[in-house]
Amino acid sequence: MSDIPRIVSSRWDLDDGYTLKRYRETGGYEALRTAVTTMTPDEVAEQVKAASLLGRGGAGFPAGVKWGFCPPGVFPRYLVVNGDESEPGTYKDRILMERDPHQLIEGVLIACYAIGASQAFLYVRGEMALAQERIAQALNDAYEAGLIGKRIFGTDFSVDVVLHWGAGAYIVGEETALIESLEGNRGMPRLKPPYFPAAKGLYMQPTVVNNVETLSNLPWIVANGGAAFAALGAERSLGTRLFAVSGHVNNPGVFEVEFGKTTFRDLLYSPEYGNGIRADRKLKAFIPGGASAPWFYEEHLSLPLEAGAVGAAGSMLGSGAIVVMDETTDAVKAAWRVVRFFARESCGKCTPCREGTSWLEKILRRILDGRGRPSDVDKLLDICDNISPQIAWPPKQTTICPLGPSAVSPIASAIMRFRDEFYAYCGGGEVTVPVSGKAYLSTPSAPDAVGASS
Amino acid sequence: MARLTPDNVAIATEIISRYPRPRSALIPLLHLAQEQDGYLTEEAMEHVAELIGITPAEVLGTASFYEMFKREPVGEYVINVCTNISCLLMGGEELLHALERKLGIKAGNTTADGKFTLEDVECIAACTEAPCLQVNYRYFHRVSPSEADVLIDDLRAGRKADEVPRHGVLSRIRQRIPEDRRAGVALPEDGTEPAWLARNEQSADGGGS
Repeated sequence: MSDIPRIVSSRWDLDDGYTLKRYRETGGYEALRTAVTTMTPDEVAEQVKAASLLGRGGAGFPAGVKWGFCPPGVFPRYLVVNGDESEPGTYKDRILMERDPHQLIEGVLIACYAIGASQAFLYVRGEMALAQERIAQALNDAYEAGLIGKRIFGTDFSVDVVLHWGAGAYIVGEETALIESLEGNRGMPRLKPPYFPAAKGLYMQPTVVNNVETLSNLPWIVANGGAAFAALGAERSLGTRLFAVSGHVNNPGVFEVEFGKTTFRDLLYSPEYGNGIRADRKLKAFIPGGASAPWFYEEHLSLPLEAGAVGAAGSMLGSGAIVVMDETTDAVKAAWRVVRFFARESCGKCTPCREGTSWLEKILRRILDGRGRPSDVDKLLDICDNISPQIAWPPKQTTICPLGPSAVSPIASAIMRFRDEFYAYCGGGEVTVPVSGKAYLSTPSAPDAVGASS
Repeated sequence: MARLTPDNVAIATEIISRYPRPRSALIPLLHLAQEQDGYLTEEAMEHVAELIGITPAEVLGTASFYEMFKREPVGEYVINVCTNISCLLMGGEELLHALERKLGIKAGNTTADGKFTLEDVECIAACTEAPCLQVNYRYFHRVSPSEADVLIDDLRAGRKADEVPRHGVLSRIRQRIPEDRRAGVALPEDGTEPAWLARNEQSADGGGS
């Protein structure tokens, strides 16, 4: 796989890859120069469309298409960069911001040029102090060098990039919550419709919200052409993509691999990536796309890292976060820990999420503490069914944003596959371990079935 | 210390000037207040409200939503131990418990000498480096319980002062936009099309390029 270019991680091995000097020595800001001095904004957007660059934040929507949703003739438009990475298991935007901040800034400027954004806001997660320092220094240096601000490369292209940072709230990674936060409010998602950011975003103006990794691809796409990017990968998943492989593997790390073709087995077992499960243990389960994703198992290892294939199998690639659990993992505890996260991070706006996630967490805690009842297992599924009807994939929503339904994934996965472990905690009961090609069965739980008797 | 110092008011004024609406500067200004005092005092929140023209209640409403804003004094060093899924699998809970024993406090509390606050936090984006922790938002990767023990001794003895500033100091580098390089704030009510977008039509008029 050595012939696959490192599109976004090419400077990670350089000690000074974050400096303007080294960035320019390695070709930095030449794509921006090409774009603003030789291409029209539409031509740049066409290249991004041709690349079929899927958003790398989690939802996986094509970036070029997203840009096209801004209504014509309505100005100003804003670009908001989503650097609020906090999905459990996800670790790639922070590396991009710390080790190659100029690549991100160049991507931001290219995007502003293409969509006609008059101002950009680079929202970095509050807890990432080093990323904030690296980006602040990079912006200062780029301003001094005439690469940001007024008349970039001596042309009529002028835009300010403002570094902004959060203060600790997972939900702010949701794009409308991010905009609320950027307006100085509590980070609570807005209802869509009508508040689609492309039409009514920041200050009710057309706004494009793009993820850090998404934008970091743009310099390469402009320099090499969208077709070269689209020549890599397969199906809907083109180019390369960063995956963080964490948990019980011998070589945890963040790897840039060919999107769409590399398989989970490659990523978990190949010596250049995860290098197998620690102590030669067996794989119990793995989360393929961050805490919100339903779990996968041994039988899913041959699947390619391709959005469509993974979706059809009942989960998602989400934010490129693969968490590996070996056979010693306590499935109940793992499910509880992920659910506690959603319970703590629920913003409280929608009742099913606010109430549901905290009830799920309390019941799981009680099971772990040895005070669970066999009926709790179906009660958990019943609550899941109330948050996301039928516990289907893709999840149905009773809430404004996907946070609530995301809490259903770990519980439904753990119960459907490891129900016996839950009963063991609860002191007996039958053992059923459904095995299917789907991550979990999409049959609805019977409303108030067993749980009603408790 | 309570209201922002004149130096910090100058910084605040410059930050506000970057945004089309002053209220957008609220979170950065609250960080500035926390940098000054180590936590958010009521007086500082009232001062921030004055600076951006909103009510103190609105400031509190926003501040209280976010985990990082502390509305009562915390330790000089706030230690955030991640126990979320990747760290849980790799010993995050054991790390947290080791620190609880070392410091003699439960997570969520501050030592009697005001030196350390210990917190059990959600994912801090270092999943492949588990188990991990932050001290005043500076990362420490793959930390064993015995390494955590040494870390506390080092912090107590001031041996990490260069690496870890006191609580409240986030980015030690501030963005500076030189006046002569500033493109300007894009006000929502200014409906002007950006100049460079005209290139699309010029290109079309010229038969494409």
